[in-house]
Amino acid sequence: MIRICIKNGRVMDPASGHDAIADVLIADGKIAAIGIDLDTTGAEIFDATGMIVAPGFIDMHVHLREPGMEHSETIESGGRAAAAGGFTTVCCMPNTSPVNDSPVVTTYIIERARRLSPVNVYPIGAITKGSLGEELAAIGAMKQAGIVAISDDGRPVMNARVMRRAMESAKAFGLPVINHCEDLNLSAGGDMHEGFASVRMGLRGIPACSEDVMVARDILLAEVTGAKYHVAHISARHSVEMVRYAKARGLDVTTEVCPHHFTLADTDILPYDSNFKMKPPLRSCFDVEAVTEGLANGAIDVIATDHAPHPGSEKMQEFERCPFGITGLETAIGLSLEQLVHKGRVSLMRMIEMFTVNPDRILKLGKGRLVAGAVADITIFDTDRAWTFDINKSQSKSRNTPFHGREFRGGQVAAIVNGRFVWRLT
Amino acid sequence: MAPGLLGIEGLDRAEIESYLHRAKAFQSHGASNFKKLDTLRGKLLVNLFFENSTRTRTSFEIAAKRLGADTISIAASGSSVTKGESLVDTLNTLAAMRPHAIVMRHSASGAPHFLARHLETPIINAGDGMHEHPTQALLDALTILDHKPALEGLRVAIIGDIIHSRVARSNVHLLSKFGAQIVLCGPAPMLPPDLAKLAPGVVLTHDIREAIDGADVIMMLRVQLERQHETPFPPGDYFRFYGLRPEHLTLTRQDTIVMHPGPINRGREISSEVADSKRSVILNQVENGVAVRMAVLEKVMGVQAA
Repeated sequence: MIRICIKNGRVMDPASGHDAIADVLIADGKIAAIGIDLDTTGAEIFDATGMIVAPGFIDMHVHLREPGMEHSETIESGGRAAAAGGFTTVCCMPNTSPVNDSPVVTTYIIERARRLSPVNVYPIGAITKGSLGEELAAIGAMKQAGIVAISDDGRPVMNARVMRRAMESAKAFGLPVINHCEDLNLSAGGDMHEGFASVRMGLRGIPACSEDVMVARDILLAEVTGAKYHVAHISARHSVEMVRYAKARGLDVTTEVCPHHFTLADTDILPYDSNFKMKPPLRSCFDVEAVTEGLANGAIDVIATDHAPHPGSEKMQEFERCPFGITGLETAIGLSLEQLVHKGRVSLMRMIEMFTVNPDRILKLGKGRLVAGAVADITIFDTDRAWTFDINKSQSKSRNTPFHGREFRGGQVAAIVNGRFVWRLT
Repeated sequence: MAPGLLGIEGLDRAEIESYLHRAKAFQSHGASNFKKLDTLRGKLLVNLFFENSTRTRTSFEIAAKRLGADTISIAASGSSVTKGESLVDTLNTLAAMRPHAIVMRHSASGAPHFLARHLETPIINAGDGMHEHPTQALLDALTILDHKPALEGLRVAIIGDIIHSRVARSNVHLLSKFGAQIVLCGPAPMLPPDLAKLAPGVVLTHDIREAIDGADVIMMLRVQLERQHETPFPPGDYFRFYGLRPEHLTLTRQDTIVMHPGPINRGREISSEVADSKRSVILNQVENGVAVRMAVLEKVMGVQAA
């Protein structure tokens, strides 16, 4: 029986509001007790003095690239990167090859993850077959195989009728629908946010309205169907306003934001450096402020990375030829502390909430809580240690990040999954 | 980053003036009895064109030859690009043969800027997508100065497909640095409001008559169909609203000049009568292209050890 005692950390559990210096005793993969003067006989002691001990962080939006694109990432390497980022659970998007649109692929991912990934992996199934936006995928069968949501991430469902049917079906199976909101007609040919920076660099724009119109459509459809609906990687200010509006109407609508979207604006792009190219694109400073405000006022529920590895061969190209996406697992906590907590925009408890209990409320994983009896998934991080992100030490197979060399104040220290350390800062 | 010439935006007024000053000295070398110089003897220039070009490529070749350099011109369709080689690999391969500079045209905005971060060889941008075309702006300035005493205070109308035009961007940056007023004019889908923030002294209008009112210089641009994913303006209406015709010239002063970077499309953005009129300095622009590119090559290739 493995016993671990995390000593003297600041234990923070957003679900209960618990916030106190305490010890956390883990036994048999479960949290045995939280308190002081616990019996630690035979336990490995981890001194967490000055550190935060939180429920295991959940990243509900990652791309693990397996099956099919194992040169970019695998379930194993992506899982290691997640652990090294302080995450204990990730949800992987279905845009693999083949697309996760059937229980066969779902089962493959779950089995591979069980054997190879240090962190929990929950697959998200496709909305439509091949994510082509036409015919609904085997949503019910995938649910039985273990998916926790449906999404055609990267390929928005353009047909409103198909989206309506998907919402009806998802509701019946008790699954949330996650949409990558981008009207493909409005964004066609675009490589970065449409604005002065795109005009100056001579790059085609992806207007904010391409996101807004689909968020608006989907919120209306969510009301019609009563579905649980989640906007992936929100980036535009009007979209944030509309999610707020939907919540005020009592709809089951939630959203997430990526750390790069509350950290960087289009004017921060190093000219023609594809490490700054992703979808949605880095938007204007007004949008950055709006998503930050949304995190503070509750319009936005979750922080998710949209970890999107691409090999150097694909990113070392002309900007307009490079694929969209950056990695994000190992910089998420550092950026959240930097932009949100240290700047006083959100409390530490609120930040933890957006990485733990909030994604769990959406996906119903039964995780995200730090209480006696719960599965021992724990994230330990600090808030003041100076460190520098070095992509050469990343656990990901890919190196596409704009944050190489960035200096952080505070970050992940250890990750515990099912009562075992899966990563520790060395 | 290797010293080359990637764009006008990053240059200061003194650097531009020094190019123009040298180019002026080279203008006389265009005469039929010019003597070939040996400034760049023993130096090698590679012209790498990933997009079609008649005037720019020829102009760079002639400029290099007049300075005594050896030149090799490569068109992408005949190169290993068609075998799937990446741009970086193509450039690294060429750079390994030790040219003293690479002139490059590419359909992707920023392609030379991206390469310059990975390459020692100086790169001269001969047009990158919709971004910049620095030697075109320099030769346009030289041409304007052949007809006007100074750039400062001039009113320059640039008319056409502005959003897709690297010529417009480079000219805006250059003219603005010298205190010219710039009026950008075109159909709404080709003239996003953010263009007004490109540089000081830029205003926008959709009305060609307003644009040419009081203009000292009128620059016409081609509609770049090859860069469009759509037909943002009815082609049949284009000449009606944005084609420069003789009746427009009657609204301008006698000394207003008409420019065009070429290739011109007669009856589309400019009428034959205007293109061939005394006001047109289109062929002067072509001629000045050689002088300007001599100045650029001399600066970029001359400073290096042979």
